[in-house]
Amino acid sequence: MITYLNILIDSPEFLAQLIINGLLVGAIFALIAYGLALAWGVMDIINFAQGEFVIFGGYITYTLFYQFGIHPILTIPIVALVLYALGLIIYKTIISRLLGQKDIFITILATFGLAILMQQLMQAIFGPDVVTADPRLGMLKLFDGSILISNIQIVSFIIAISVGILLFVVMKYSRFGQTIRATAQNPRAAGILGIDIDKVYANTFAINTALCGIGGSLVVMVWTIHPFIGLVYTFRSFMIVILAGLGNFMGIIYSGMGISALENVTGFVIGAEFQAAVIFCLLVIILVTRSIRARRKRQYLE
Amino acid sequence: MITNNKQNMLIWIGLAISAVVPLLLPNYITVLTYIWVMIILALTWDMLGGQTGYTSFGNILFFGVGMYVSAVVQRDMFSSGLDRFERVSEIVVNLNASEYFVSLAVGTLAGAIVAVILAVILGSGILGMRGHYFAICTLGLGHAAAEIASGIDYIGAGSGMVTPIYPGELALSKEAFYYYAFMLFAIVTFFLFRKIYQSQFGLALNAIRDNENKAESMGIHTTQYKIAGWSIAAFFLAIAGAGVGNVIGFIDPVEIAFSGPTFGVWMIVMAILGGKGTIWGPVLGAVILYSAKETFWTYLLGWDKVALGLLIVIIVVYFPKGVLGYFKERKQLSNSILSQKGEG
Repeated sequence: MITYLNILIDSPEFLAQLIINGLLVGAIFALIAYGLALAWGVMDIINFAQGEFVIFGGYITYTLFYQFGIHPILTIPIVALVLYALGLIIYKTIISRLLGQKDIFITILATFGLAILMQQLMQAIFGPDVVTADPRLGMLKLFDGSILISNIQIVSFIIAISVGILLFVVMKYSRFGQTIRATAQNPRAAGILGIDIDKVYANTFAINTALCGIGGSLVVMVWTIHPFIGLVYTFRSFMIVILAGLGNFMGIIYSGMGISALENVTGFVIGAEFQAAVIFCLLVIILVTRSIRARRKRQYLE
Repeated sequence: MITNNKQNMLIWIGLAISAVVPLLLPNYITVLTYIWVMIILALTWDMLGGQTGYTSFGNILFFGVGMYVSAVVQRDMFSSGLDRFERVSEIVVNLNASEYFVSLAVGTLAGAIVAVILAVILGSGILGMRGHYFAICTLGLGHAAAEIASGIDYIGAGSGMVTPIYPGELALSKEAFYYYAFMLFAIVTFFLFRKIYQSQFGLALNAIRDNENKAESMGIHTTQYKIAGWSIAAFFLAIAGAGVGNVIGFIDPVEIAFSGPTFGVWMIVMAILGGKGTIWGPVLGAVILYSAKETFWTYLLGWDKVALGLLIVIIVVYFPKGVLGYFKERKQLSNSILSQKGEG
């Protein structure tokens, strides 16, 4: 551990490399977290299957790339459409029955069961192997090659940010975005004023899954996926949202990129075998500190 | 409602049958052992999940901790001087009968104590949260434990470790010993938990479930009660874990000890299937789910875990009250219809 720390101190280029990689990939995490925050804020549902939608999106890109030879970047709109449709189906069959449930436990466990179902289905369909769909765009060399950035990371950063901004603009200025925001504020009043709440909820959830899908196809290009890695993405997006707070668009981008950079550096220092443990522990630490801070004000996290 | 006396009579009949069954069906003894294990798992999960309404996804942590602590004690108690260059996962310890049982007892107790200490420390940080935050935090705990355990070389890292071999010279076979041990332990757990739920402590737990803010304002220190409940669950869960590690004979961090997709989910599903928040619900759910799993899940081949996921979604969305809850509701309904008729 100390040797790794020394490496970072001795070569600031390497530290910069880790941080830049983290910041670029962080935009993808922020996109996924934005979807979670959307469903959470509007419907008061935390989707435990968030990461599984991401991985499913990744597998669609992978299949389209290897089976049909479509360039991975061009698969993004297809993935978004497929995941949007899947989101609508899951809303109709499962999520719509959970709305208005008083027992919060039911919603948590239903989406958790959905997560297990999707994990196992993906393993049965695509197999347990680690896959990637690298479009081979080459590397960008900075400072005489002391910092290497793969071009796909830059491309995916741009895509993630532009999808996020597009959605932000739609939410803020379109009639459709207005109905979603109105429903989030007060569903009953929105219903009285003629907004079809069920439709708004269905669309919100489907937008969430579509965002996950886009995130997933970016992830499979930049990194690798396998059927059981989804939980890590669920945790990451949850962390990002609780750090930023609901309905804080810029906050989600900042905390997404920040958490990702922090995770990259700590993962390197502590060791590769603890990389996933870092994410899980980080989540527990963030939650416990927030809880202790809330307790001082005689409040609690709910 | 059935009284305690009637219940006890039913229990004794059931116990008499289950004490004889392994003699009649020696081939199924391991499956029957697991039914007792599942009953313990479901009962301990229900302490927090059912009685206080706190959905914990991380109880598997205590199961795994008990398993690992016990295995380490059993390995190192009588055979000092672990070879540094040997691969931990290949170390097999041979003990004679007295050494085996002494180290098993000490290891189990040590595992239980470590689990309780962990429950108190973690609980004081985590149990102040509610709802979603608590659920996701405990889910994180369970997975963090698995990841950390797979990185520690002393306990075999990702390739796991082997528990001591059961001494061969005994008249009682390994399978029979663990069957009766788990049966006894499940009975103790059941009666103790029933006693707890009928006491003032149990009422406090239920008050937390019904309305935590009101309970707090009535002077119940809710967080302390939750920590106490979690610690009791952790104690029993760790003992079960220590036993299961020895039954399987091999410990692996992700697939066995901290296995979210098997033991970790089963305990929750079983408690809900039977009816959470009751004493008989988890027992019933454990028996139903595990017998169903053993009888027809093998025919599903690779799709058994898909079926589990589907089962959770279906149970939770369409059948959230469980078997006992369903019958209770029906009974209440028919009672109210009868009383209406009487009045008319």
